[in-house]
Amino acid sequence: MSYTKRNDGRKFDETRPIEAKAGVIKRADGSAYFKMGKTTAYAAVYGPREIHPKFLQDPKNGKLRCFYNMMPFSSMGDRVRPGANRRAKEIAMVTQKALLPVVDLTESPNSVVDVFIELPQTDAGTRCAGICAASIALADAGISMNGMVAAVSIGRVDDKLVVDLDYSEESYEDGTVADIPIAVVSGTEEISLLQMDGELSRDELKQALEMAKKACSKIDKIQRDALKKKYGVKNE
Amino acid sequence: MNNQQKDHIISFFEKGIRFDGRKKLDEYRKIKVEKGFSENAEGSARVTIGDTIVLAGVKLSVEEPYPDTPDKGTMMVNVELLPLSSPDFEPGPPAIQAIEIARVVDRGIRESGAIDTKKLCIKKEEKAWSILIDICTLNDDGNLLDASALAVVAALQDTKMPSYNGKVVDYKKKTKDSLPLNLKKMPTSCTVSKIGNHFIVDPTPEEEEKVDARLTVEVEEDGTLCALQKGGDKSLTAEDIDKMVGIGIEKSKELRKFL
Amino acid sequence: MGKLLVEDKTIVTPGEELAEGMDFLPAEGTFRDKDKIISSGLGLVNLSGRVIKTIPVAGKYFPKKGDTIIAKVTNILMSGWILDIGSAYSAVLSVKEAKDFIRRDEDLTRYYNIGDYIVTNIVMVTSQRLVDASMKGPGMRKLIGGRIIKVNPHKVPRIIGKKGSMVSMIKNATESNITVGQNGLVWINGSPENEIIVVKTIKKIEQEAHISGLTDRIKTFLEKETNKKINIEKVE
Repeated sequence: MSYTKRNDGRKFDETRPIEAKAGVIKRADGSAYFKMGKTTAYAAVYGPREIHPKFLQDPKNGKLRCFYNMMPFSSMGDRVRPGANRRAKEIAMVTQKALLPVVDLTESPNSVVDVFIELPQTDAGTRCAGICAASIALADAGISMNGMVAAVSIGRVDDKLVVDLDYSEESYEDGTVADIPIAVVSGTEEISLLQMDGELSRDELKQALEMAKKACSKIDKIQRDALKKKYGVKNE
Repeated sequence: MNNQQKDHIISFFEKGIRFDGRKKLDEYRKIKVEKGFSENAEGSARVTIGDTIVLAGVKLSVEEPYPDTPDKGTMMVNVELLPLSSPDFEPGPPAIQAIEIARVVDRGIRESGAIDTKKLCIKKEEKAWSILIDICTLNDDGNLLDASALAVVAALQDTKMPSYNGKVVDYKKKTKDSLPLNLKKMPTSCTVSKIGNHFIVDPTPEEEEKVDARLTVEVEEDGTLCALQKGGDKSLTAEDIDKMVGIGIEKSKELRKFL
Repeated sequence: MGKLLVEDKTIVTPGEELAEGMDFLPAEGTFRDKDKIISSGLGLVNLSGRVIKTIPVAGKYFPKKGDTIIAKVTNILMSGWILDIGSAYSAVLSVKEAKDFIRRDEDLTRYYNIGDYIVTNIVMVTSQRLVDASMKGPGMRKLIGGRIIKVNPHKVPRIIGKKGSMVSMIKNATESNITVGQNGLVWINGSPENEIIVVKTIKKIEQEAHISGLTDRIKTFLEKETNKKINIEKVE
């Protein structure tokens, strides 16, 4: 059966409603809150700071270290057992790779910039929300960056490609689903995160990347607005 | 700890002023309790005390009761001092500070009998509701214990039971039923700290590092004590303890207004 | 030919285009990408003739030779003291750089002990960020009593003011001793009530540093808090 209308009535290229705020965690060097539909993410940046254990330090470059975690009460359904699991570790790694192209840590050798992502509420698209929050938090922390990163999950639900797959679409039962999280670097529009769960044709992938670029360009404006708003300035 | 810095803060206390400008030693910073921030948890609450922010969430599941209490439901409290919330917290298993907060908050609710665990029983020896409470800190600006205790009680009050058809819990269908709570028994927590010869409540991190000893006092509505925890490296006299308990009971009346 | 794409003294975000064309010259906080000049972080645009730079508004302290800072002693070795200077890097104060001559067998804790705060000078920062400090010079001393607060190191110039005019105004109005470290640590010593006013004033400067008319606003604020009139001497 063809997926003709999205479960929540959105257009196929429409993201869920987005809210973003910078500087929400005062103790951190930089922080942000990013909400995409029901998925909510906090990101906090500490650094550059001393790295422990010492043998991890790089004498040429500061290191970027990411952590991802869903809070125990974050999902509809069973409690999520706390503690780093394999999925969280993998997401942390691809998050770090997604952010690395824009971050410049050459001025801070032998140090680390730690990024902590926590989700109090999840409804699919968590790693993307985390990356969007992390990008704002890194800028908020004054880290040297040549651009920002936005991310969104493109989905193939049955025969249609959709922007910002939500949980109801992820678990669609009347056809097959592919989940494609994509991160786009501002300016160059290069891709720094690409994963895929499910089956996809080569042409569909091409289309999905173009849809992600368009959606991320809109998210990028929201991220920058959040930073400027903190200083009492509004974007035109 | 530098003695001069301690003397300096004590000179503030002698005038009844706090480091952050509060005019009373037993004054709490602005407290905000927001129930139901989460659409996914069965119950939730967000508490801010000054700039300290804490989230509490309640998840319910149907489990086998413990063999020694076959007709009662169970409760568990877990605290995550998230590395996100302070440069001093590291990722990894709960540090002893997190364990202490969890166990003290747990004792207050358990010993007061604020939750009628018999009413959580579905079928004796086989099925009972299990209450899983998790606290996650978002920003540590001092006094995490009191903030956590307040958040847990608010989250329990916010909780609505999911539907249960005898076999499977349907989390998407929430009923209008609350947990079997006795509000009069629900404890409020006030941690009283001693610095030099002065007693303060709700310390900021600057004040927390100069604390000699502290006493967490959990109180039911009628003033009955339902949990006590002494912390800190120095000891307290019996008179100190009585003074601190008095402050705790006094403050609990104010804190109770937030429930 | 060249075209300015943003206004002077506005907040810009990482990767934002500041100017087009080869007429403008990129300075700190910016870089050139083909014919565009781009911001390399969150900052305030500063236009000076044809030179565009951005002044960072956030970020940890970065040690610089010549800076006078407030440091905390964290460890004592045979050869000197290790200092926490509020950055990813510790500083070393060697025995040779203490204020007076110290004999080989003397107990170093008699001079500066762990937990003590000192006003010290950064004399060298290597490419690997090894930092050397020295107590030689006027004003270098151990801080006795008082309290230390932390501020955004990028706001220090505004807190000090032109030729120290801002901090002098606060000192006089509150009859307090104030020492501002370039690393964002500030030492305050006065009566409890006055110290609270100093802290409030400094936090206000931190929040509003990028909004024009700061000096007058702070003067009005201080007059209200202290119930005293203030005369500002003109700074040449």
